[in-house]
Amino acid sequence: MSAGAAKALTSSGLHSHFELFGLSPAFALDAEALERSYRDIQSRVHPDRFAHAGDAERRASLQWTTRVNEAYRTLKSPVQRAKHLLELRGVDVAFETNTQMPADFLMQQLELREALESATGRKDAAALDALRSSLSLSRKVLEKQIGEAIDVGKDYPGAAELVRKLMFLERLDAEIDSAYEEIE
Amino acid sequence: MALLQISEPGMASAPHEQHLAVGIDLGTTNSLVATVRSGVATVLSDAHGRRLLPSVVRYHADGKVDVGYPAQAKAAVDPKNTIVSVKRFMGRGLKDVAHLESAPYDFVDAPGMVQLCTAAGIKSPVEVSAEILRVLRERAEQSLGGSLAGAVITVPAYFDDAQRQATKDAGRIAGLNVLRLLNEPTAAAIAYGLDNAAEGLYAVYDLGGGTFDLSILKLSRGVFEVVATSGDSMLGGDDFDQRVFCWAVEQAKLPPLGPRDTRLLQMKAREAKEHLTFHGEAPITAKLSTGELVDLVLDTETFGSISQTLVQKTLVPLRKALRDAGLTADDVKGVVMVGGATRMPQVQRAVAEFFRRDPLNNLDPDKVVALGAAMQANVLAGNKPQGEDWLLLDVIPLSLGLETMGGLAEKVIPRNTTIPAAKAQEFTTFKDGQTAMSFHVVQGERELVSDCRSLARFELRGIPPMAAGAARIRVTFQVDADGLLSVSAREATTGAEASVTVKPSYGLGDADIERMLRDSFEHAKEDVHARALAEAAVDGQRLLHATRSALDADKGLLSLEEFEVIEGAMKHLEARLAGADHRAIKQATEALGRATDDFAGRRMDEGIRRALAGKKIGSL
Repeated sequence: MSAGAAKALTSSGLHSHFELFGLSPAFALDAEALERSYRDIQSRVHPDRFAHAGDAERRASLQWTTRVNEAYRTLKSPVQRAKHLLELRGVDVAFETNTQMPADFLMQQLELREALESATGRKDAAALDALRSSLSLSRKVLEKQIGEAIDVGKDYPGAAELVRKLMFLERLDAEIDSAYEEIE
Repeated sequence: MALLQISEPGMASAPHEQHLAVGIDLGTTNSLVATVRSGVATVLSDAHGRRLLPSVVRYHADGKVDVGYPAQAKAAVDPKNTIVSVKRFMGRGLKDVAHLESAPYDFVDAPGMVQLCTAAGIKSPVEVSAEILRVLRERAEQSLGGSLAGAVITVPAYFDDAQRQATKDAGRIAGLNVLRLLNEPTAAAIAYGLDNAAEGLYAVYDLGGGTFDLSILKLSRGVFEVVATSGDSMLGGDDFDQRVFCWAVEQAKLPPLGPRDTRLLQMKAREAKEHLTFHGEAPITAKLSTGELVDLVLDTETFGSISQTLVQKTLVPLRKALRDAGLTADDVKGVVMVGGATRMPQVQRAVAEFFRRDPLNNLDPDKVVALGAAMQANVLAGNKPQGEDWLLLDVIPLSLGLETMGGLAEKVIPRNTTIPAAKAQEFTTFKDGQTAMSFHVVQGERELVSDCRSLARFELRGIPPMAAGAARIRVTFQVDADGLLSVSAREATTGAEASVTVKPSYGLGDADIERMLRDSFEHAKEDVHARALAEAAVDGQRLLHATRSALDADKGLLSLEEFEVIEGAMKHLEARLAGADHRAIKQATEALGRATDDFAGRRMDEGIRRALAGKKIGSL
């Protein structure tokens, strides 16, 4: 976020991405309400509205739209949304430094990566498809657990560990993407 | 109590005043200009009623420049000075250009962007493109009877930052106020979507003369949202011509050809390709400068087999875009075909097979981009009242990042991020007492910096000496609505001690652009001062108009003193506009801009507040 956007943010008194869209802060998301609100705000602040306006308005519009886009992107992504919520709850997520994970989870990750490597080596698109759909299932299960931990159990440290797991799966998903590109 | 403002007939200003705005499709093969007249988008034609302008520019030794059909007619006679498909060279270095060997030009390897040596001197692709744009601007001004308030220029969605910046610079040199760079498939989607009241997920398959784009959009009432985009900025109809050309050289067992014969045979190859769209076979006959006669027949099957790998190559970005969007071919409701090259039957067939549905061909693939651009220009110029306009959400096609240790690229803003977007990343010093840090900005998906496009290198100096790892250097990437990047770096622990902002510009500095601007006016025999005055007046009027409507809507956000300051600046600008001093007008415009700076920010905040208030009332 640019310094200007940060200034605009404080001057309007908005503190969380949820507040920006008029949503209550929770992991469970009303995706339709979010999209409606996003479009409503964008239709007021987007640079296309100010293409014929003065420099000052164009600058303000750029800063606001940037901010709104970032907030929208954060809330749409389950990992980013959970991180944002935990930060709002004052939980130090420290995902970059805290890499300790349960051994069985790591084993499972190792196996999945081996499966990915062998599918890539065989140029086996069907195997990649299968890997991706099983991954998508695991992600949904984790997302459900994260929602319960944050919204119901208020177990933030527990949620943080689940989010770290979900981040592992996201990374794997990105690797599957590159694998598709590699075999093409 | 508010007084009604009544203006004299004929003097009526503000709300219903139409600003002349055009959409320009600056194509590899042909270019077009379109505008919205009485609510209908139309392509503007030249004095002979021709709508397409061949993107061909010929330079004469005396500095005279031919653009379009006259230049095209001499392409085979004067190949070195007749530049075709210049779009392929925009924002490109010598090593990035494909088929160099068969391009008949004298290239000059300049830093950042290749240049061409012509009879009229060394020309940058930006200047060549500006010639095309200027002819289109003049065409529009003649046909609309006035100076243009602004233009939307389209670019391939897969264009990187260098190619976009080069296009915008060309617009500036051509004397255009570039309202926006618009992605070609997005422009096509606007034209298609509005024409057909389309809703749902659509793919736009855009195979132009030199570029291929594939965008997936979510269309709903009043919103065009690009979900994912992919493509190949080095693949287009030209490559099909090249395959036919190579086939002909091989079949006729020709020795290496000179520039004239190469150009001649390339033109024959293109004609044969176009002929095959409607016929089973096409003759290729040419008399070479050696006296040798080429006489061949190319049939559909042979053409299909020599171009098969090219068609397959378009399916790679297609699959990638679907993956990025998390969709399958079945989720797509329709495929809009754009670009003259999509007329080829083998392309139509491949797309139909992939999506298991017939592609949509009900819009002229040559015109749809220009028409969509004109519609968007009309909105951006403020000619459409709120509620009748639409929201356009586009993305960046390629990830933006920085070089880190070991020549690796670290992504800062990933591809398919909705623009405008910004992202900040923190870095720290490596050595004790380090006072400078250098940054290398790259664009692309590959892990190694050497495989990505280098956009800019810059240095942050004046970092206060600290222990290694103690400094906090915040690097911010900002991508604007044109998809153009600016990068700034700032040492955070001590505040504004050291900061730098770069706009990658590929060897074209402001001074270069100034020079090109002067040159282009000189040989066009246009009055530079008249032009500068007209431009300053358009800018000034625009700001006056914008300020007036802002005051009408939100005067309440200002104190009396603040209001008076703005009013004073408006009066001052109005007085200057009555004169003929373009510098004074510019200064007065800037002064009004400064006076309204804070007001603009407040209005924007108010806009959000109203949006939120609406939400709360709605949910009660």
